[in-house]
Amino acid sequence: MEHTCAIQLKNITKRFGKVVANDSVDLTINRGEILSLLGENGSGKTTLMNMLAGIYFPDEGEILVNGKPVTIASPKDAFANGIGMIHQHFKLVDVFTAAENIVLGLEEEGKLDLKAAAARITDICQRYGFSIDPNKKVYDMSVSEKQTVEIVKVLYRGADILILDEPTAVLTPQETDRLFDVMRNMKADGKAMVIITHKLHEVMDVSDRVAVLRKGKYIGDVATSETNPQALTDMMVGHAVTLNINRPEPKNPIPRLSVENLTVYDAMGVKRLDNVSFTAMGGEILGIAGIAGSGQKELLEAIAGLQNISAGASIQYRAIGSPEDAPGVQLVGKTPLQIKQAGVSLAFVPEDRLGMGLVGTMGMTGNMLLRSYRKGHSIFTNRKAPRKLAEDVMERLEVVTPNVAFPVRRLSGGNVQKVLVGREIAQEPSVLMTAYAVRGLDINTSYTIYNLLTEQKMQGVAVVYVGEDLDVLLELCDRILVLCGGQVSGVVDARTTTKEEVGLLMTRFKKEGSKDE
Amino acid sequence: MNNKKEPLLRIAKRDLLPWYKAYGIRLAAVLVSLVVSGLFIFAVTKLNPVAVYEAIFDGAFGSPRRSWVTVRDTMMLLCIGIGLAPAFKMKFWNIGAEGQVLVGGIVTAGLMRALGSSLPTPVLLVLMAIVSLLAGALWGIIPATFKAVWNTNETLFTLMMNYVAIQLTSYCVALWENPFGSNTVGIINQKTKAGWFPRVFGLEYGLNILLVLALTVGMFIYLKYSKQGYEISVVGDSERTARYAGINVKKVTIRTMAISGAICGMAGFIAVAGSSHTISTSTAGGRGFTAIIVAWLAQFNTFVMILISLLLVFLQKGAIQIASQFNLNDYASQIITGIILFFILGSEFFINYRVILRGRKEAAK
Repeated sequence: MEHTCAIQLKNITKRFGKVVANDSVDLTINRGEILSLLGENGSGKTTLMNMLAGIYFPDEGEILVNGKPVTIASPKDAFANGIGMIHQHFKLVDVFTAAENIVLGLEEEGKLDLKAAAARITDICQRYGFSIDPNKKVYDMSVSEKQTVEIVKVLYRGADILILDEPTAVLTPQETDRLFDVMRNMKADGKAMVIITHKLHEVMDVSDRVAVLRKGKYIGDVATSETNPQALTDMMVGHAVTLNINRPEPKNPIPRLSVENLTVYDAMGVKRLDNVSFTAMGGEILGIAGIAGSGQKELLEAIAGLQNISAGASIQYRAIGSPEDAPGVQLVGKTPLQIKQAGVSLAFVPEDRLGMGLVGTMGMTGNMLLRSYRKGHSIFTNRKAPRKLAEDVMERLEVVTPNVAFPVRRLSGGNVQKVLVGREIAQEPSVLMTAYAVRGLDINTSYTIYNLLTEQKMQGVAVVYVGEDLDVLLELCDRILVLCGGQVSGVVDARTTTKEEVGLLMTRFKKEGSKDE
Repeated sequence: MNNKKEPLLRIAKRDLLPWYKAYGIRLAAVLVSLVVSGLFIFAVTKLNPVAVYEAIFDGAFGSPRRSWVTVRDTMMLLCIGIGLAPAFKMKFWNIGAEGQVLVGGIVTAGLMRALGSSLPTPVLLVLMAIVSLLAGALWGIIPATFKAVWNTNETLFTLMMNYVAIQLTSYCVALWENPFGSNTVGIINQKTKAGWFPRVFGLEYGLNILLVLALTVGMFIYLKYSKQGYEISVVGDSERTARYAGINVKKVTIRTMAISGAICGMAGFIAVAGSSHTISTSTAGGRGFTAIIVAWLAQFNTFVMILISLLLVFLQKGAIQIASQFNLNDYASQIITGIILFFILGSEFFINYRVILRGRKEAAK
């Protein structure tokens, strides 16, 4: 073998209660190589790597670093073995500078010498092609800069085995390219790299070898040069699925939701939406693209009546079946309850499913009740219809739950989303808004959701789909609206645009001094 | 499997246990606690643990009079627990029950003194009940409004309201002092018994029991089946979900705290008119805090609260009895009740989690 072996995992098993997260996994990580760890959500990628980083401890099996068996019981042990992990959620202190964050927790003898640390940081940056200002505070940084700090942090601690957990989830295509360049530089320096991802094009782009996990089991590894996305997908999901999302032509598009001059400031007085205007048509899926935090959340919440809207805005709503020349319902200035009472049928699948869309401690029935409990004049709730609805949703969307009274927060992410989407669609909406509807879901559940949205579109509903995966946005939507720093930077036809075009629109206003994420 | 440094103990979350297993664990905890405190009793005092346990039982149920006092105090604790249930279910940390009970007691005592000779007792009782409800509600609405409108911290606010209520009580005690110089209000209307609870079904504390059990049933239904109860659950789980669903969180917060305070105020009415017939700063007597344990341990199920209130009062009465009967100081008897409570509370951990010893494999099922 031309590469020297950095880490060998033998027979690693990890259980959480009854759930087997990793089932006798064998894996080899080599120096001077970028290994992609590929698998659907919940296939055990992160769990496996967390055992290398000292977050979890394996129930069974053996870890060998440089051929010697080691015990990794804490992150300290991991660093002692040269293993560093860059987590998906950054673990930085906002009010500290980059340098302060990087030396934080290091038990070095003598006085804290931030200048020397800064010099070492600059040195590391130059070696691998990062750019970072050691004296910049974290709260002033973009997401990509924060990620750089995390990477430098583990390099500073002397790690030569780097694990990156879905590093591109929060980056623009351009930032991703830059990250991949850095990774290639580190590879050339002889470091062992692991990148956890489920984006196939990134796997093809950056890695030398791909190891696939499915449902906690190790499926196998292949050299990237000898495989293709279709073959990898087959390995990942176990059986061939078509990557094509069914996208019928929009049917008789008429305006359902007309947003004009929408400006929203948050509680801290920061402008989150800046004069946004667009129209969502019935019978089409309008995609909304943008870097995380570009105002997607505020836009949907403003329409749902959950944000303070600045004067001069207008949101006109037209129900399915209302005459075309009839005046719409003005949503601005109404509370969610008033919107509902005005007869507006607006379904909203928020990003934070358990924190905003559902009541985690209640079962499916209790959650179905959330939209309908006010019905009737009795002071008591009527649970018959919601229970029936819960059973219908459970059957139709194949929700895996012991019964309709089982607390939904104890269901898996995909099932939680099915409960939420099922309830919202059951309202027979005229406008359906979804935020990151397939985040964290496996491929099969994702397709279930895509199909449900397309079904709604064909019934004349205006579907608004806020997404992060550009591939999906390009395949699922009819038009894509791109947000950047709270402004609309463009509306493109999803059938003719390219990822590069959307990616550029996502960062269009970036240089005008905005420091938003 | 040659990991030398595998942690000795690991903790894993359990699936939902069937109810009989959960109760089996709780029962085992009670038994273990009796054994452990038996060891403690013998080691420290050389007394026969069985004799001490008999004394505990004796203290709570040794005579009809004692049994009635135990029941009366259980009802009082239960009533406050019921008052706290909606607030805590909404995740509103109402630690101001002490003050809410006191203001209910003050207005009751004040009306009893002022109108005892002019109104017939049934009318007076209804009047006192209504005014004590309103006083308690006011004591709940004030912190709730501040929380709803200015997002103040309700824990500190309700706690502070306790001290206001205590000072108010001190003032009233000084104002109504009887006999002069005793620094107490004395038994109000001792001769006429005007405004005292009448005997119901021939039972001395019949009306106490009737009122509190009615509240027990009412609150159970309110929380579980009413639309307002549903709103409380949603707000308690996630305020953002509540807003998303169009629930007016401010309104629900204030309304729920009015109910919570009102029931605690009612407990003050029962304490004064139905039991002590006087008012002092110790009328609430720390029950406002003990009732928090009652509400949480019962997971806001008011019927389970009956059992827990009874257990706590039983232990407290028993502790007093063994302290006097065996000449133990208060602390020794409190340690025993402490041990018993510790095991019962601790058993909840074993109901929710499993502990896995080193080397033992998790059952792969």
